[in-house]
Amino acid sequence: MPAKSFLLLKIFIKTAVSSWLFSPIMIHSLFLINNVGDLFLEKHWKSVISRTVCDYFFEAREKAVEPENVPPVIHTPHHYLINIYREKIFFVSVTQTEVPPLFVIEFLHQVAETFQDYFGECSETTINDNVVIVYELLEEMLDNGFPLTTESNILKELIRPPTTLRSMVNTITGIGNIGQTLPTGQLSSIPWRRAGVKYTNNEAYFDVVEEIDAILDKSGSTVFAEIQGGIDACVKLSGMPDLTLSFMNPRLLDDVSFHPCVRYKRWESERVLSFIPPDGNFQLMSYHVSAQNLVAIPVYVKQNISFFETGPSGRLDITVGPKQTMGKTVECVVVTIHMPKVVLSANLNATQGTYNYDPVTKVLMWDIGKLNPQKLPNLKGSLSLQSGAPKPEENPNLNVDLKIQQLAISGLKVNQLDMYGEKYKPFKGVKYVTKAGKFQVRM
Amino acid sequence: MSASSAFSDEKGGSSGEPEYGHDPASGGIFSTDYKRHDDLKEMLDSNKDSLKLEAMKRIVAMIARGKNASDLFPAVVKNVACKNIEVKKLVYVYLVRYAEEQQELALLSISTFQRGLKDPNQLIRASALRVLSSIRVTIIVPIMMLAIKEAASDMSPYVRKTAAHAIPKLHSLDPDQKDQLIEVIEKLLADKTTLVAGSVVMAFEEVCPDRIDLIHKNYRKLCNLLIDVEEWGQVVIINMLTRYARTQFLNPNINESLLEEGDEKAFYASDEEEDEEKKVEASALAKRKPYVMDPDHRLLLRNTKPLLQSRNAAVVMAVAQLYFHLAPKAEVGVIAKALVRLMRSHSEVQYVVLQNVATMTIKRRGMFEPYLKSFYIRSTDPTQIKILKLEVLTNLANETNISTLLREFQTYIKSMDKDFVAASIQAIGRCATNIGEVRDTCLNGLVQLLSNRDELVVAESVVVIKKLLQMQPEQHSDIIKHMAKLIDNIQVPMARASILWLIGEYCEHVPKIAPDVLRKMAKSFTNEEDIVKLQIINLAAKLYLTNSKQTKLLTQYVLNLAKYDQNYDIRDRARFIRQLIVPTDKSGALNKYAKKLFLALKPAPVLESPFKDRDHFQLGSLSHLLNAKASGYQELPAWPESAPDPSVRNVEIPDWSKCTSRKDRKEKKVEKPFYSDSDGESGPTESADSESDSGSRSESVSGSDESAFGSESEESGEETESDEEEEEEEKMKKKRVEKTKAKKPVVESAESEQSSGAEDQKRGRKTGKDRKSASESESESESSESEEESEDESEEESESDADIRKKKAPAKQPPKQSKKVNKKETQEMSLLDLDDFEPTPASAPVTPVNFLSSSLVSDLEGLSLTDTILAPSTIAQSASMKMCELLHRIRGEGLAVEYCFSRQPFSPDPNMVAVQIQFTNNTSSETKTIHIEEPKLQSGMRIREFSEIELMSAGESVTVVMGIDFCDSTQAANFQLCTHTRKFFVSIQPPVGELMTPVFLTENDFKKEQGKLMGMNEISEKLTLGEKCVNEHVIVERVTATANLSRVPCGSDKECSSPPTPPPSSPVHRFAGKTVSSGCLVLVTVAMKEGRGAQLTVNCEKMVIGTMLVKDILQALTQ
Repeated sequence: MPAKSFLLLKIFIKTAVSSWLFSPIMIHSLFLINNVGDLFLEKHWKSVISRTVCDYFFEAREKAVEPENVPPVIHTPHHYLINIYREKIFFVSVTQTEVPPLFVIEFLHQVAETFQDYFGECSETTINDNVVIVYELLEEMLDNGFPLTTESNILKELIRPPTTLRSMVNTITGIGNIGQTLPTGQLSSIPWRRAGVKYTNNEAYFDVVEEIDAILDKSGSTVFAEIQGGIDACVKLSGMPDLTLSFMNPRLLDDVSFHPCVRYKRWESERVLSFIPPDGNFQLMSYHVSAQNLVAIPVYVKQNISFFETGPSGRLDITVGPKQTMGKTVECVVVTIHMPKVVLSANLNATQGTYNYDPVTKVLMWDIGKLNPQKLPNLKGSLSLQSGAPKPEENPNLNVDLKIQQLAISGLKVNQLDMYGEKYKPFKGVKYVTKAGKFQVRM
Repeated sequence: MSASSAFSDEKGGSSGEPEYGHDPASGGIFSTDYKRHDDLKEMLDSNKDSLKLEAMKRIVAMIARGKNASDLFPAVVKNVACKNIEVKKLVYVYLVRYAEEQQELALLSISTFQRGLKDPNQLIRASALRVLSSIRVTIIVPIMMLAIKEAASDMSPYVRKTAAHAIPKLHSLDPDQKDQLIEVIEKLLADKTTLVAGSVVMAFEEVCPDRIDLIHKNYRKLCNLLIDVEEWGQVVIINMLTRYARTQFLNPNINESLLEEGDEKAFYASDEEEDEEKKVEASALAKRKPYVMDPDHRLLLRNTKPLLQSRNAAVVMAVAQLYFHLAPKAEVGVIAKALVRLMRSHSEVQYVVLQNVATMTIKRRGMFEPYLKSFYIRSTDPTQIKILKLEVLTNLANETNISTLLREFQTYIKSMDKDFVAASIQAIGRCATNIGEVRDTCLNGLVQLLSNRDELVVAESVVVIKKLLQMQPEQHSDIIKHMAKLIDNIQVPMARASILWLIGEYCEHVPKIAPDVLRKMAKSFTNEEDIVKLQIINLAAKLYLTNSKQTKLLTQYVLNLAKYDQNYDIRDRARFIRQLIVPTDKSGALNKYAKKLFLALKPAPVLESPFKDRDHFQLGSLSHLLNAKASGYQELPAWPESAPDPSVRNVEIPDWSKCTSRKDRKEKKVEKPFYSDSDGESGPTESADSESDSGSRSESVSGSDESAFGSESEESGEETESDEEEEEEEKMKKKRVEKTKAKKPVVESAESEQSSGAEDQKRGRKTGKDRKSASESESESESSESEEESEDESEEESESDADIRKKKAPAKQPPKQSKKVNKKETQEMSLLDLDDFEPTPASAPVTPVNFLSSSLVSDLEGLSLTDTILAPSTIAQSASMKMCELLHRIRGEGLAVEYCFSRQPFSPDPNMVAVQIQFTNNTSSETKTIHIEEPKLQSGMRIREFSEIELMSAGESVTVVMGIDFCDSTQAANFQLCTHTRKFFVSIQPPVGELMTPVFLTENDFKKEQGKLMGMNEISEKLTLGEKCVNEHVIVERVTATANLSRVPCGSDKECSSPPTPPPSSPVHRFAGKTVSSGCLVLVTVAMKEGRGAQLTVNCEKMVIGTMLVKDILQALTQ
């Protein structure tokens, strides 16, 4: 290039810089910050925004006390910081102009999910260990601040996830993570499925997982209860299978949302799920069984907690028993109580399982395990309070966690799964699990 | 701030060090930056790809940590032409990051990209364009422009998508290119693949959002493609279409009325069959006489609705805001369920959704009422979520759910989260101001909280009580006294200030205590906070004005203290007040008015939602969330007065044959290399997805289609659906053109037909949806029914619960409350005493369960089912009612009494007719104690008297409401009106039409009920309509004026709305109501005949009422 044009360039630069200042772009930059406040990764999709912009975030973080209470949108003089908190990492994105906040939030969650998908977990360590892949992923997921490729099936073709074996091979052969062959999936008619899938064992598993969200009041009656369900699929089928999943009682489902692969019209007209599945693990649908249908509450909790005015002590007595379990065993029962601040320690006696009181977080956790209807587990004893402090006015709430295998509490049943488009006979399996979601008992 | 950033920087740096330990080759070599970089350069210069890769990886890691790697630029840029794809990719990453800083060197790489743009592999072409357009070097603008233009007509949709992405990049680099870029956008907008649609709309939004004219031609295509576009594109397209629709269509809520809601009901409930549905829909549209929804508007609403089921919260929100801003009121409700579903998502999503729901609940409360319980708060929610949920709950509070809500709030107050407790107390305060019924209960509950141990709770309660008391201070002097006592204990400044203000403001109610409080405060003045000091001064001033004898010296003292205060505000205030209240010879005219100045009646504060008026921002936007205009925010345009020309959206095709040939040519040119490139490209998403699942029906349609254009489809093989569709459209359009030529006036109907035709292929989708909506409305009504039931149940249940709790409470409390084992005390323990609520459900108008929807209708009407008889809203309507004379001015010796039937439900007794009575005192003296005595009533009749009017000064007029149960007869109710001096015999005789209340029935229900009331119960009369009864509006108006009935929405009378074409079948108007006291159905049908003729039919079990009603309506209609 002749020298003359270089001179011209300098003039250009000046005009250009001014116009970049307010470029309308959805996501300008992304900063990853751990929960101690270290900024450990930054990515810019346009000109670099100084990391000092995060000071506004740190300020808000400090003010919020709890990490959950950091406002998702922070307004700074020149930027808007939209952030999410996941797996003890803050994903702080920077934008300069109007953008639907949910758009950014959903995208950030998608990023976190992709990391989880790639590295097994989404933590500071794994991100640091795989920083190059992370960088490539971010580059691929966002172009000029606008999402480009977010389907994990496609991403995995563009950038191979690390495996222990591969990383070993890589170090030996010096061949990296990036596929030599170029992906075709992005251009296929089905954007969520890569082409040319081949398995020796063709299998499709569906887990119907239901969670009970409930608030029970002191006397055990239901204030609010609903069931949130989801069908998690693990499909490893060769070729382009076209699946149809039908239910015995689809009318139960009050509100549904689907993976993009599900044909909405089929559902509307016939109440069957018809889809060409992505390859691997994905959530096929999530649904909601509303509070209007009576929700069976699988356990009851008899609890009594009292604090005495005289003497720094209190009493606690909790019994858990099965209620409507449809003849199934309730497993993995864990009771968690967030105690008032003045409770120093707990001296309790559990007839079953173990309890643990963390005096720092003030959380009492009682891990019961399997519920035996013949011998109800009971936790009883005294609590010692900070001397001199007034007795707490408020009563703590009690959170219950539980699991029931082989039962969908709403009664939802999968009728059958058919496959079209391929000739082989796949192995099919359906599993039901009921869990406690946000299951809270007021005391 | 800066310190913290420095800290984090440092940390970032140090955490970077050990990371290099992972690399086997790196350990400890790099002691300094220079060396490290030298080493990297060496690696980059080597001819082993593995070394290069290693070096690039480290460089990228440096960039990720925010370290400067710019000095490596010359070494890196050399590798841009590297054969190894992996190295190449990382070099691209580096280039994009640093090209801006090293422009001269960056130019070296350009030729590589230019070569890449011509690569046979579409992915290489795309990535070359991506990087080229990301290099922000102004000198290459022409190259970029050229590349974009070329890529925009690339055969690979993926490359075209990349071109769309590159447009905003170039635009921000050089805005002068705008015009050329718009041309490219226009070209890409016409693209029919879903892959491109989202990106190009994004580019449109960034480069030329005001060029709405570019959208016209692509509007229908975008609507139809929408469901298959990827999620992010959907959000952008929906937001853009929202704005578009606001400029192009009319406000569907122009004539808001109850009828509209009814219409929609009928429309959904009607049937599955598509054709019929069309008709019904058209008629439903037609009935809103001046407003006809543009079919394109309907298309948008219909095609976005399924997206409410998306797994992506942003998409759901986008559809929700579209419906909120664009849909007819009756249809907005569908979004509630989806939004409530999002409440299960991540807390950030919840946060944003709740903000939007809070805004929506202010405008459309009814929408979220069924989901009240989904907003109940869990102790594990983050505080910011709790507070938002509380906001929503408060917005949803009304007379029917307030008791459950308050019970819920009661548990919140016991929470450990103090910020949340404070917010809960404020919420109770807001409920108390909004719902008069529970004001006293709330106030009592809040007073209970004053003895709470937690100071914050007490302080917040004080502040809220202050606001509540301001609304009716007279009745609550004891509470003021109680609060005066609290001032010794409460330390929170805001609370102290509030108490002082209260005492000062109402010092006349507490004449003994007020001076004493001032005495105490004078003592502690110097130690108080500033806001408290200001209020002490205020208190002193007010007392001085009302009770100067006792407080003169104290006031002087306080003012003297304030004079030397450190705060200039306080000094100022003291000086100002001294001048104002202490009369001196210098003081001016203001002194006389001091009392008026200080003790003027102050309006009670309005406790309202912070989300009020936020809906002028587009929902779901950043600006809405922040309640401030974000840069780049585009206002949602106001609806146009009259619709712009809808024909601009027609895709004009001048000649059919010419068009096909053109298309052929294009396809021939394009398709070949298209397939040779990669077979995956073939069917841009839609064909694969929708064709197979739209069922046999659409297949047969498309099949015939194909045979019709046999040659063409054979040639192109896999024709995309959108193409076919367009052809259909074109065909229809041609037809249409012919039609419009033939008869111009019928444009509208023709168009609706046309659009229905054009969408033939979409039928599968549509029927499905209709079926869905039908089932939905079904299930909704079902659910509402069951909900009502279950609510009743739960109320009973929880009431009994409460009973139990109360029984338990005294048993448990003694040990706790060892000091005050007072009976009263224990009862008060339960905050917001539940006893007070028990009458509430009873007094709420529980209509007989015959017509479950009747309560719904009253909800819809927005009738405030007010609590107290005197509430202003019951009186408000009087202007429109016909007033009858009860007592003439002369006969009443100056007291004139008029009455009218207000048609409001009489809340203390649903079986009574509400009669609104207006007294006017025309005498020159006062009239006292107006009340009712000795009613002489027919057997069975009952009267609920109005509360006695104690005093009416001369010239004043007072309006009251009384209830009379006429036992469904038109017999007069006789009674005596008494004043303190005289008694007057008066009587009220109701017209038959006032003995009923409206009932909401659907057309089907109406017909069913009518079937039951045949024979003797049916009275029919032929009539000739009066001259003025020219259109349906007048008829409806006349009938509803005569009798208190509601109109039954029906679908069969659509034709009456298009005057040019004579109605083939005559319209029928139906009205339904029930008698007030016995609840018998009254059904009125007015069937129009040829000319002015009409047939009036009344079906009612009570024949007397029926005959009388027929007579009245006849009279009204024939006049």
